Amino acid sequence: MKKNIKEMPFSGIRKFFDLASGIKGVISLGVGEPDFITPWHICEASVYSLEKGYTNYTSNCGLEELRREITGYLLKRFNLQYDYSREIVVTVGASEAIDIALRSVLEPGDEVIIPEPCFVAYKPCTVMAGGVVKTVATREADHFKLRPEDLEKAITPRSKVLLMCYPNNPTGAVMTEKELQAIAGIAEKYDLLVIADEIYSELTYDGEHVSFASLPRMKERTVLVNGFSKSFAMTGWRVGYAAAPEDIAVAMLKIHQYTIMCAPIMGQMAAIEALKNGVGEVKKMAGQYDRRRSLIVNGLRQIGLPCFEPKGAFYAFPSVKFTGMSSQEFCETLLNEEKVAVVPGDAFGRCGEGYIRCSYAASVEQITEALNRMEKFLERHVKKQRTIYAVR
Amino acid sequence: MDDIKVRLLQALEQNHRITTCTLATMLDLPENEVKNIIKELEDVKIILGYVTLIDWEKTGNNDNVTAIIDVQMTPQRDVGFDVIAERICRFPEVTSVYLMSGGYDLSVMVEGTSLKQVAFFVSEKLATMENVQSTATHFVLKKYKQNGIVFNDDKKDHRLVITP
Repeated sequence: MKKNIKEMPFSGIRKFFDLASGIKGVISLGVGEPDFITPWHICEASVYSLEKGYTNYTSNCGLEELRREITGYLLKRFNLQYDYSREIVVTVGASEAIDIALRSVLEPGDEVIIPEPCFVAYKPCTVMAGGVVKTVATREADHFKLRPEDLEKAITPRSKVLLMCYPNNPTGAVMTEKELQAIAGIAEKYDLLVIADEIYSELTYDGEHVSFASLPRMKERTVLVNGFSKSFAMTGWRVGYAAAPEDIAVAMLKIHQYTIMCAPIMGQMAAIEALKNGVGEVKKMAGQYDRRRSLIVNGLRQIGLPCFEPKGAFYAFPSVKFTGMSSQEFCETLLNEEKVAVVPGDAFGRCGEGYIRCSYAASVEQITEALNRMEKFLERHVKKQRTIYAVR
Repeated sequence: MDDIKVRLLQALEQNHRITTCTLATMLDLPENEVKNIIKELEDVKIILGYVTLIDWEKTGNNDNVTAIIDVQMTPQRDVGFDVIAERICRFPEVTSVYLMSGGYDLSVMVEGTSLKQVAFFVSEKLATMENVQSTATHFVLKKYKQNGIVFNDDKKDHRLVITP
């Protein structure tokens, strides 16, 4: 077996998944996908296309109608102008887009700068593409935003790509236009390509999402990655896309052509319907997430877990440092004792240690019950902690 | 209407049994303010009531019948259909009344304890009303979905317990 694959660990999430799956009656705040099912009109459009016999391959870059809808959406939503015929690749989820973008641009030894905590696939994808990972830690004090000075410190002559995700999984952090502009300045100064994973763009609360490619002169150095999974509750359909400068889009298309061929047509058909008629549903779902966000953030604070205010995605990222337990220890004990599943923050990078990811893609009742159980858990353990100190 | 009220209504529309304390947390408002807003919305009849949707079939002692009646009528000068619609609303067996576009004018939903009772209501009370030209009665055989809620829905969470 290839050495770097052999050495590559399974995601920290997988280990935890195995633990949690073995226990009955678990309330899970560990799920990184919407708890809504895909709006019915979207499913129906796909079923209808099957009835009509659309079961074939599509062109490698995706159905023309879908690519037109995507460019229309990007224009309307973020004022971004892309050519549907040359700059859009429809992929099997945003994950594939990230993978083929990295494989398209990295020469062996090229460095990819990745702000952490981050989605679990960024680092392995970089390694598999022959790149070298350079992580940049972000901090709670900065609301887990990427600081330009930290980015600049990580840059070497081999730096080629900045791979970042805002709104962020797992922290829920977002970056404002002004903050992104500072990053854009550095990207330009050091000639970095930016892969902007904006899969959670529609789930931005308190203000509008700013697409990195929409900043002045950034479109030509940005691979914009987005998809349907999170915003339209379409995770299982596996449809995403990349919008990129033509030369990169062409390179990505080659890899996509020889490995994937095309994204499944039924998913593409559903995605067309999503963009045509699903935006209202997205707003409704976002409204519900927003109310649960207040519920979970305030709830976590009330039971004593310090939690910065996440402004996007559907995760809260509270600190558990004061309990004296590591993230792993906290999550495992919580799971075993109270049957609440949350994800240890270190699964998303070393600087996530001391935090836990709590997804609020769960019903109000589940969130409330999970908070009650966590409160009991904390009372028990924090007290114990205090007693230990007292005895000492 | 301001945004806070709309958000509060959206939350209540889904589940009115949610406590004011939870609502306050969800909307980032003091609980007292939530109570005041709800009171205000009730006073101006934006919130009209809170009902419980019950599947009476499952209780085993449900003999009620429901009928939907299409009513054709002659509108009255100045008031159109309103006055007569309001008269129909007064009957306690009438559960909803809508003015419709298309082939007939009012859609009236009636509930009674027997087929006979509903038929009697239609022939004696409704059809004999001034301005009512004709009625067509359709009995409901089975309810699948009402007020956005599916009867016999076994919703399951198919997601894996933990995903990235």
